[in-house]
Amino acid sequence: MTAQTLLAPTDRRSSAGRFSDQLFRRLMAGAALTVIVVLIATTVFLLQQSWPSLTHYGPLSFFHARWAPSEATVTSSKPNPYGILQFIYGTLMTSLVAMLIAVPVSIAVALYITNLSPKRLRGPLSSLVDLLAAIPSVVYGFWGVFALIPALGPIGNGLTSLSGFPVIGWLFQGPFFGYSIFSAGVVLAIMCLPIVTAICREVFDTAPVAEKEAALAIGATKWEMLRVAVLPRSRSGIIGASILGLGRAFGETIAVTMLIGNNVLTIPKGLLRTGATLPSVIANEFTEANQPFHLESLFVVAFGLLVVSLLVNFVGKRIVGRVSAHIA
Amino acid sequence: MLDQQLEGPLSSVTGQFPGARRRELTNLFMHGLLLLVMIATVGVLVWVLAYVAGQGLKYLGPEFLTQTPPGNPSEPGGGFLNGIIGSVITTGIATVLSVPAGAAAAIYLVEYGGRLARVTRFLTDILVGVPTIVTGALVYAVWVVLFGFSGIAGGIALALVMLPLVIRSTDEMLRLVPRDLREASLALGVTKARTILVIVLPTASSGIITGVMLAFARAMGETAPLLLTALGNDLFIELNPTKRMSTLSLQIFGNAITGFKAAQARAWAGALTLVVLVLLFTVAARLIARRSSVSRGG
Repeated sequence: MTAQTLLAPTDRRSSAGRFSDQLFRRLMAGAALTVIVVLIATTVFLLQQSWPSLTHYGPLSFFHARWAPSEATVTSSKPNPYGILQFIYGTLMTSLVAMLIAVPVSIAVALYITNLSPKRLRGPLSSLVDLLAAIPSVVYGFWGVFALIPALGPIGNGLTSLSGFPVIGWLFQGPFFGYSIFSAGVVLAIMCLPIVTAICREVFDTAPVAEKEAALAIGATKWEMLRVAVLPRSRSGIIGASILGLGRAFGETIAVTMLIGNNVLTIPKGLLRTGATLPSVIANEFTEANQPFHLESLFVVAFGLLVVSLLVNFVGKRIVGRVSAHIA
Repeated sequence: MLDQQLEGPLSSVTGQFPGARRRELTNLFMHGLLLLVMIATVGVLVWVLAYVAGQGLKYLGPEFLTQTPPGNPSEPGGGFLNGIIGSVITTGIATVLSVPAGAAAAIYLVEYGGRLARVTRFLTDILVGVPTIVTGALVYAVWVVLFGFSGIAGGIALALVMLPLVIRSTDEMLRLVPRDLREASLALGVTKARTILVIVLPTASSGIITGVMLAFARAMGETAPLLLTALGNDLFIELNPTKRMSTLSLQIFGNAITGFKAAQARAWAGALTLVVLVLLFTVAARLIARRSSVSRGG
């Protein structure tokens, strides 16, 4: 009897509780679903906005290297004035320059922080490198124009002397005026450095202490220890970090727009000339797009950028696994 | 021959120490090189901050913080008050939209789990990597096309930038809350929903706040998505979020790319203001994280 009277109210309460519990669960699940919805909506809406242009010109006709909105007319579909090959080229080249600088530097910095620096400096040094990621893109761009480009002048001019070499000489044709794929790439390198370093740091931290001590115990120098016990097992982590850095470089907009010179007309001859990237042309022309199929073609560019960045990030994540939250 | 085969880490145990001097030099050289790269990296940070501070301090002052830009951008004087207000409004809208949704999503990931949670967690990481200009284009397509350029559109775009960051940091923090706490609460007959709201969230709160502040700082510095959504308005203070609106970042961008010295001086002062705000939030977030009741082992 007493058991019954005790149980009854509890039962009623728990069924009410169960109902609100279910409601809460549903709400939380709905919030989780927004992530999936946002990704699908991005794909669908970008495709929808670019559809008129894609069907008018045909998707394959965008793969040439001349972007001349003023030549577009409502009726003619040939030739397609909206070629995007030079933007793909610009995006690849700026990112390549960025990675060539950022990856070795990040590896060095991460090795230094995790294995060589005094223990009490590890935290502060990591925070300082992370701070590089906190500085806004527009500030990097502005700084790049006024501080970095003048400093890069001698380097750029020095690189033009490489133009005599066969094959790679093409990349270094002068003259170098500052605004260029090269300058944009250097700023991109600085912007990608924190994320690549942060992942490398985590990867290097997972190297087993026992193996490091074993290497030192048999007489390896510190550098040899890094070479035999830390670097080999970190290879895939470094590759994953580089790919995620690359994803960042592909999508970076404002700093690149301020530094690359925005030459949309053709594929630039080499790295020291002005160019344009997929994001930079969107940022530059979006709000002033007034030619036939102009805005729709910019959405084609945006859709292409989305597809590339999804692919790159998918592959990068697969390799790195999960990266912790403070690496934004 | 034998010596050559044994070179590398093993060679020292042979007692001969072949090439010991060379190995020692290599070690010193690499040590020095890594130190040099480390110094150079910190040097770049110092260079950027010092340059922005040096240029910004030339004009930053009460006038800059309390006035709007002159109608003619080539004229000296004026300030970015409208942009600062616009930044507060758009980032504020973004925070209001993204934090509850992000926290709720993270609760689902950690407290309920399952297939949807696994997929969402993976896609959150992918969403972080979507270029923000693409996010801007999305908001243009779903919102601006219907309602025009506005502060709200800018806020929505920034909310989408913040959302995956908030989910990811909250996710991490919730996972650090000890299982015992949840079990103790459930054992007392408290429902799961109440356990999460009353026990789990407060325990992780300072960590969650840290993540939100970092995401907020990130959103405040964004320019690209706002170009396509809030558009900018360099003339007057706009408090109505349904109208096009300027932000600090947009004003820096707009003034920096003009050829006018006066506009660039304002842009530098704006850049310094933005950097100071962003760094304040970042550093404050770190300090809160340090006092957190649950923490990442390191």
